[in-house]
Amino acid sequence: MRITQGTFSFLPDLTDDQIIAQVQYCLDHGWAVNIEYTDDPHPRNTYWEMWGIPMFDVPDAAGVMLALADCRKAHGGTNYIRMSAFDNTYGWESLRLSFITDRPASEPGFALDRQERGGRQIGYTTRAYSAMKPEGERYS
Amino acid sequence: MNMEPTIDPKKRYAAGVMEYAKMGYWDPDYVPKDTDVIALFRITPQDGVDEIEAAAAVAGESSTATWTVVWTDRLTACDLYRAKAYRVDPVPGTPGQFFSWIAYDLDLFEGGSIANLTASIIGNVFGFKALKALRLEDMRIPVAYLKTFQGPATGIVVERERLDKFGRPLLGATTKPKLGLSGRNYGRVVYEALKGGLDFVKDDENINSQPFMHWRDRFLYVMEAVNKAQAATGEVKGHYLNVTAGTMEDMYERAEFAKELGSCIIMIDLVIGYTAIQSMAKWARRNDMILHLHRAGNSTYSRQKNHGMNFRVICKWMRMAGVDHIHAGTVVGKLEGDPLMIAGFYDTLREGHTPQNLEHGLFFDQDWASLNKVMPVASGGIHAGQMHQLIHYLGEDVVLQFGGGTIGHPQGIQAGATANRVALEAMIQARNEGRDYLAEGPDILAAAARWCGPLRAAIDTWKDVSFNYASTDTADFVPTPTAV
Repeated sequence: MRITQGTFSFLPDLTDDQIIAQVQYCLDHGWAVNIEYTDDPHPRNTYWEMWGIPMFDVPDAAGVMLALADCRKAHGGTNYIRMSAFDNTYGWESLRLSFITDRPASEPGFALDRQERGGRQIGYTTRAYSAMKPEGERYS
Repeated sequence: MNMEPTIDPKKRYAAGVMEYAKMGYWDPDYVPKDTDVIALFRITPQDGVDEIEAAAAVAGESSTATWTVVWTDRLTACDLYRAKAYRVDPVPGTPGQFFSWIAYDLDLFEGGSIANLTASIIGNVFGFKALKALRLEDMRIPVAYLKTFQGPATGIVVERERLDKFGRPLLGATTKPKLGLSGRNYGRVVYEALKGGLDFVKDDENINSQPFMHWRDRFLYVMEAVNKAQAATGEVKGHYLNVTAGTMEDMYERAEFAKELGSCIIMIDLVIGYTAIQSMAKWARRNDMILHLHRAGNSTYSRQKNHGMNFRVICKWMRMAGVDHIHAGTVVGKLEGDPLMIAGFYDTLREGHTPQNLEHGLFFDQDWASLNKVMPVASGGIHAGQMHQLIHYLGEDVVLQFGGGTIGHPQGIQAGATANRVALEAMIQARNEGRDYLAEGPDILAAAARWCGPLRAAIDTWKDVSFNYASTDTADFVPTPTAV
């Protein structure tokens, strides 16, 4: 399966030129771009690992692409990598854009466990098949 | 007080009937205080009734006056409690109608109560015989009063954080047919639409607990669908479970059950009333629930220009009352909506400060005093082929709901959802790349349709559908070229 988190997951994987265009859009708005990666794609896994701190003072997209290249070298193929853009404008102070740039070679998806309770109620637990292995060994 | 009373108390309080304007409800020199509530009414006086007297009558009947002089006014600080009409202008291009500005002291209202505010402002006065018609066009709510309201339980920013969805409109659909599906069949529609790419599916306003589907059955099947779609996509999904019911007790019971089942969002209808809406907003804040409001009923009083109230006032009251979502128009769909008016509604819901903008129908500067932002919902007769127009008119902080445009797709519900999501993401990508997406919209969609079969089928099916009827609720002020 293909997980569809992030803004552009229904499009074909973005090329580097397409990523640069999105990064430039963020920088033009004064947002700080942040690179994160994870091998646990659970929909409620909010805190992916940060690849450095958000790039508050990068003048152009090329600097961000260098950081992405480093992150790919370390985690490409075995992790999801996403870019997020943070807007510190008063009244927002949160993300303005977030999209996946890299995916592991295969995406096994999620199991849905059901715990039958009384009164026809079911408790649901979503588990990433990959996360059943130890961290770092989930995609190889 | 701004000025010395110019009225001789002996004459003013002599028993009998007196013109409202002479009773102190008209004061052209009054300068509103920062803490005053200001209402702007469109008044249509009966033939022979002077517009100033009509405005004063509205001020009087919506504050302290009755039809005759009462000496008991003199036991009160009546000059303060009297609402004051302080300006009357003819409506441009509409003979017989007048805009009237009326200021109300803050002490006339109970804090944190829309019911109390509205009992004055839209109370008896709308049935007043001296007027042919009356419409509440806008209000300036002072910061001091806003601070007595909770505001949206969640707000746009936290909703996005909880859903982990940024930088694009959210996508939804209302389950169709509106009525008649069993719980089991209903959940099927929800699952297909969410798995195909929508973020939300929604109960319709009149789906409550009917013989064909009782509410518990719906909630249970829907949550199976939501969880299954979430596991199938790895993405947070939701369904607005409508908890509207005959009593507050029933609504609380349904809301608690929705929470117990793990739903992230519930919904209510405008027809439950202002107090019930505020109660549910407080419940939603306490229980980390997003609160969706369907504006069922509003067109009975908001659509005609001469009488009732403008929808922008409902937007203001609902932001104060504390809902997170409200249906606010589509511009291009099947329901009433002039683009300029809708821009005014959307700004009212989403901005921290809205400056006066007469072309958009906003008569006042309005500071929102850090009340959360409300997510507008665009629903009714929209489809993927209009994506560029929808983003252009409505922006990205909006829920675009394609009910028929998802469920009526020739290849099935999942394909319909995928078509909408691909169209949306392609358009956002193009916008961010700096393309003139409004002009190039059809080309952008056609390019995506070359690799996305469902989008191609959607465009072929609905390419010529539009609803080009004249709007009834339009701006009174049109931009005119001026020499600077």
